[in-house]
Amino acid sequence: MADSTKIEIKIPNQSEYVGVVRLAISGIANRMNFSVEDIEDIKIAVSEASANAVRYAYTNTKIGYIDITCIPEKDQLEIIIKDSGIGFDLKNPHKPKKQKEEVPNLGLGLVFMQSLMDKVNMSSAPNKGTTVHLIKKVPSLSLKSKN
Amino acid sequence: MVLDLKIDVKKEENIPVIILNGEVDIYTYPKLSEALDKVIKDGSQSMILNLEKVNYMDSTGLGAIAAGANKLSQFGGHMNIICNQPQVKKIFKVSGLMKKNLSIFDEKDEALAKAKQKTK
Repeated sequence: MADSTKIEIKIPNQSEYVGVVRLAISGIANRMNFSVEDIEDIKIAVSEASANAVRYAYTNTKIGYIDITCIPEKDQLEIIIKDSGIGFDLKNPHKPKKQKEEVPNLGLGLVFMQSLMDKVNMSSAPNKGTTVHLIKKVPSLSLKSKN
Repeated sequence: MVLDLKIDVKKEENIPVIILNGEVDIYTYPKLSEALDKVIKDGSQSMILNLEKVNYMDSTGLGAIAAGANKLSQFGGHMNIICNQPQVKKIFKVSGLMKKNLSIFDEKDEALAKAKQKTK
């Protein structure tokens, strides 16, 4: 059985690279049969997940990395955003440690991910990092381009 | 596509207008927050935020705008937003911010008319 195609991006936990992830993901989504609106939705959802990792995953004194994996398939695009940072108890999420700067986001990151993507799964545990799976279904089964 | 945010601040009929061009995200939002703070500190009770040339915004941008609108409302002011980009309007709707202390307009003339009411 052939493995799915994977595109992997690794960024440091610095806010200036979230836009780079957005560009890359929109390029991948553009190769599939997504509408402009779908691509914008995907960009926001991935940015929200990546920004959360930048904000919360690592302590202020440590540089950490965030791994983004894209798996384009015939009927969906799966995106996995994974960090190996401090994680949290999903059943009992606590207020994150104070960051260097207070970044406003109204706590809407997860709301946007759930509203704009077709499936969202999050797994996390204290000191074991956090993984977010996002899936967007392709509107039709045809792909724009083939190898 | 620009991965940055440019901000111009000018006055129209004595009402401060902040014009954004580019993307508002976790990296660029401080510029927006700074521009909003400056306008509010200058004592403006009414202002316009022009998002016509914003091609990307997420919850960080919304948070900066909401914080600015809250500060402005503490001084009796109101934030008027020009936004006709469908995707940017969509995130205002999803967030529920449209019900808070700000107004969103498709056209500049409508926003200006509302802003002038507040200054009378």
